[in-house]
Amino acid sequence: MSEQDVAISVRDLRKSFARPDGTEIQVLKGVTVDVLRGETLIIMGGSGCGKSTFLNCLIGEYEISGGEILYQTKKMEAPRDIGKMDEANLNELRMSIGILFQSGALFNSMTVADNVALPLIEHSYVDQSIIDIVVTLKLQQVKMLAHRDKMPSHLSGGQKKRAGLARATALDPEILFYDEPSAGLDPVTSAAIDELMMDLSKKLHVTTVVVTHEMDSAFRIADRMVMLEQGRVLRIGTRQDFETIRDADPRDMTTQDDQLIHQFLNGASSGPLTDAEGMTEFEKLIRADG
Amino acid sequence: MSESPTNRSGFLSRAVEHVGEFAYARVDHLGAGVRYMGGMAFLFWDTCVWSYRGWFDPRIKFGWSSLTAQMVRVGVKSVGIVCIVEIFIGVILALQLAPTLKTYGQLERVADVVAIAIVRELGPLLTAIVLSGFAGASIAAEVGAMVESEEIKALRAHALNPVRFLVVPRFIATTMMIVILCVVADYVGVFGGFLTSVYILDVPPQLYITLTQSALRTTDFVTGLVKAGVFGAVIALIACYEGFHVTGGPAGVGRATTSTVVKSIVALIGIDAVFTAVFYALGI
Repeated sequence: MSEQDVAISVRDLRKSFARPDGTEIQVLKGVTVDVLRGETLIIMGGSGCGKSTFLNCLIGEYEISGGEILYQTKKMEAPRDIGKMDEANLNELRMSIGILFQSGALFNSMTVADNVALPLIEHSYVDQSIIDIVVTLKLQQVKMLAHRDKMPSHLSGGQKKRAGLARATALDPEILFYDEPSAGLDPVTSAAIDELMMDLSKKLHVTTVVVTHEMDSAFRIADRMVMLEQGRVLRIGTRQDFETIRDADPRDMTTQDDQLIHQFLNGASSGPLTDAEGMTEFEKLIRADG
Repeated sequence: MSESPTNRSGFLSRAVEHVGEFAYARVDHLGAGVRYMGGMAFLFWDTCVWSYRGWFDPRIKFGWSSLTAQMVRVGVKSVGIVCIVEIFIGVILALQLAPTLKTYGQLERVADVVAIAIVRELGPLLTAIVLSGFAGASIAAEVGAMVESEEIKALRAHALNPVRFLVVPRFIATTMMIVILCVVADYVGVFGGFLTSVYILDVPPQLYITLTQSALRTTDFVTGLVKAGVFGAVIALIACYEGFHVTGGPAGVGRATTSTVVKSIVALIGIDAVFTAVFYALGI
């Protein structure tokens, strides 16, 4: 794989948080992943495995504790570490990426159309008439044109995500991040969002990173998958690799990692991910913390 | 019963432990206070920088529509409640002062005292207190809800600075509108005193107006307005700061609004005391 094919290179990423009592909790313990240009990469794992923290580090929301996250966008001559970027450079990078948040994160004081227009108004110096055309196109792409003048409070969960997606793609990003895109949606709406994501990925030729623990959705859209467990990468592979483990007989699993992945992918209540009482490592941590 | 050495050492160790815990808690509180003040100072600096850039940097778009919306919300919508409070204050002041002044045969001096008390002190302070509950709490709740619904994160994700986008219009609107509201409050408060004096205390209207005019100096007005401006800035900063630091869902938003009102009132009275001392020392 040549260096040019990598859009994001994460090297030994570590992230710790301070507890109120002054001690530290290490959430990411040296994650190394390459995101290839144009692919759809799924980041998955159980609750508390660090996938949301990983996403927040990728988008520059959290300052990282160690390691590096190298971005290579078309505007950059050489890969640049997000941890070493100043605010101006970070903002420049942010204009090349789009993010769909779990709730859609629409600005509640604005209409759907104004939400989509905001990045264009703020970061481009084009006429309002052109902005209106772009907004119409973006809303058409996500099948939300009929709702352009509605306020976010009048939209369903799926519609909010569609509108959020239109806003995330407003500046034609090179990389799209999705945080739990199927969370809280019924299976039909979830499948429709998945199709939309695949459609946008093809039409816009974007690199897509999806954080999810909805396995049906993950297997529908993934090119490659990364499984995190307790802040570490447990396995990186193609969708087919994970399908093989998912469909295998648990008695054929020779390593604990395979057993763990098998349990997670099949949503089994017993296995190495849970103890005798059915608690995950995260639940045990929460209980231990009181 | 005599105390055994073990009991005594147990008592001593508990006493030392309690003293240590008490000292640690005080230091911890002090640290939190310093962090809060530092955070506020940083937010103020950031707000000033973004306000300056908004005005003078052609690459930064100034959110005029947002500023106008905040001015309407903070200022125009507060006019009614500020007028009601101030007219009552004028009435109360006149009625409270009347018996004492009557004893000295100086009932008409109600005009002087009401005018000075309202214009120098109660106009700006009460307008600010009303605004801390009316606008401050609402700003904290709005910003806090935006934090909870990931809107602030979305702003940053779109390379939009939340301070520039949210704090600057609220800061400027609150600072400007409180000054205008203070002028309204001064007139309405004095008018409350006028109505009481004329219709209840039988002070001749012309005499009341003349005494009010002779009692007030330009500096009385200006010092009141300067204080009002500072109060507005403090309310906006506390509200935005509390809003930005919301955690824990809707309950956290509720805590932020309460905290905004309480901290604003304490800060306003503290700052007012400092202003009064400084003006006194300067003979203003």
